[in-house]
Amino acid sequence: MALDRWIALILLGFSLTYGYTAWFTMDADLAPFMQRNPIWPSTFPKVLSILGILASTIILLGLEKGEPSELDIDYRRLHEYKLGQAVLLLALMVTYALVLRPLGFLISTFSFLVLGSAFLGERKWFVMVLVGAIATLVVWYLVQVVLGIYLRPLPGFLGG
Amino acid sequence: MLEGILLGLQTAFSVQMLLMVIAGCLIGTFIGMLPGLGPMSIIAIMIPVAISMGDPAAAMILLAGVYYGAIFGGSTSSILLNAPGVAGTVASSFDGFPMAKQGKAGKALTIAAIASFCGGTIGAILLMIFAPALSSVALLFHSAEYFALMVVGLSAIAAFAGTGKVTKAMMMTVLGLILATVGEGALFNMPRFTMGLMDLQSGLGFVTLAMAMFALPEALFLVLNPPTGNSTANQEIKDMRITRAEAKAITPVIARQSVQGFFIGVLPGAGATIASFLGYAVERNIATKEEQDLFGKGSIKGLAAPETANNAACTGSFVPLLTLGIPGSGTTAILLGALIALNVTPGPRLMIDEPQIFWSVIISMYIGNFVLLLLNLPLIPYIAKVLAIPRNYLIPFILFFTLMGAYIGQNNATELLLLVAFGVCATALRFADYPLAPLLIGFILGGMMEDNFSRSMQLYDGVSFIWERPMTLGLLVIALVLIVLPSFRARRARIRAAGIADGD
Repeated sequence: MALDRWIALILLGFSLTYGYTAWFTMDADLAPFMQRNPIWPSTFPKVLSILGILASTIILLGLEKGEPSELDIDYRRLHEYKLGQAVLLLALMVTYALVLRPLGFLISTFSFLVLGSAFLGERKWFVMVLVGAIATLVVWYLVQVVLGIYLRPLPGFLGG
Repeated sequence: MLEGILLGLQTAFSVQMLLMVIAGCLIGTFIGMLPGLGPMSIIAIMIPVAISMGDPAAAMILLAGVYYGAIFGGSTSSILLNAPGVAGTVASSFDGFPMAKQGKAGKALTIAAIASFCGGTIGAILLMIFAPALSSVALLFHSAEYFALMVVGLSAIAAFAGTGKVTKAMMMTVLGLILATVGEGALFNMPRFTMGLMDLQSGLGFVTLAMAMFALPEALFLVLNPPTGNSTANQEIKDMRITRAEAKAITPVIARQSVQGFFIGVLPGAGATIASFLGYAVERNIATKEEQDLFGKGSIKGLAAPETANNAACTGSFVPLLTLGIPGSGTTAILLGALIALNVTPGPRLMIDEPQIFWSVIISMYIGNFVLLLLNLPLIPYIAKVLAIPRNYLIPFILFFTLMGAYIGQNNATELLLLVAFGVCATALRFADYPLAPLLIGFILGGMMEDNFSRSMQLYDGVSFIWERPMTLGLLVIALVLIVLPSFRARRARIRAAGIADGD
């Protein structure tokens, strides 16, 4: 089964769960006076769940015939791609999200930029550190001073 | 209308606004040139900046400038590298790249710039004529018609998605609408589908979703599959002049394609990509025999046609956005989201309530086109150096800017985790050939659509508004026909781009 139909299966499951919530569980805690309303919070979701189930079933069963489109990137060749780098970068992004508050903006952003290029195979450490440091300071200045949005610059124990 | 134009001139010609246009065009050109980054990603990245400026007119002007700049930059990379940054400029590489290979890169860039300028300017004039007319009609619309109109818009987007993709586009639209129901709606004061999470109470962030749908997958694709290819980027760009005969040859092309491109751009879901391919095909068909043979081998007409059409279509796509408040493309959907975040509701009332926004956007389109022509054309040999930035430095920065955009908008680290999660899902969807723009359009329209639907339900005490209001019924029938009519698919199949940055 092709990837798009696997995804259709997941989407079908999603639509069914969503539909179950909309049709059966959501209205339970609806206030009595709101039940006299022609429209309930669940009305629109109910319609959407039906459409979602219909569309995902059509894709799942392959009812709509179409020629395979020529993508410049193909999941069947996924193993040929630099999957490791992509996963590492995603992990780096998650780590960044988790340490942004505790470590402060300056340290986490600088490390993110340097490690990011390192993961991609860059080895000119001096240039990387320089670019990372300049970019971090410039962005911090722009966001903090020009746009006026508070970003905690340093870790808490350094008084940031 | 005249006082509107004057008001627009007054707003748009302040120093701040002029700087906004120039900055927007330059930023757009720079980033749009990078292969793989479409205007949607760039605008998504720029949104937090625009929103935090707080002035809707300035924000719109900046973002519109970025939009034109990105289209212009995209054509530069398709001419020099044969690597279009945007789907809308694929057709420009058909004749632009052969010209660059023949050593005529400078001439190709000049023609592209002039064609873009004319397309954009003529498009802006048409916009000035049609938008007020359409918006006075739109004032007659009730919520029932608005609801029906949104259904038509969304079905048109699905219908234009291409052979074998109509159901997928529909599924993505529905998914976007479903995501829009998460959180607390204004009408009900009751959290829905939050799974008990406080962070979902206010719904999903639109900037987060826009980044996750466009910028992140494009960056990941650059990591997974580094673009290779023969480039002419290192070649020196010189001899930018065009002769009188060449100018004469492309004038009728530009005139035809400006009008055609504009009207294609007005249609929801069509946009710059279809306009440029159709423009190229039409010009090839009506050219003389010996000119036809040149197409694909460096014909100046073949370059001028798509360049004019895609810029005119970009301008055209502002018509439904500014008059009806309904975006027809992913890019205008992002612009709509930005406007809503700035507390402006685009629609027929925009011209009456906030004329300075409406007119200054239109005036800034002229200024933007001038800036692109006067500033970018002489600078293009230098700007093209950006193509030489090593990707090892580029990619971490793109990722960092998506993170920053999501964080600044909400000031919430959970948003970053959502961004990565949605980004991974979006990449999987891209792999499986699901179009992502409909999802975002659905997400942005979802709230408005439900509001209008609920309002008509309450007014008519049920769904009877569907058959009691002829205009609503008519619009809904059109929507149904759009979905069912398969002839659109065959037509679109011919002119479909091979998967590049999903946007126009």
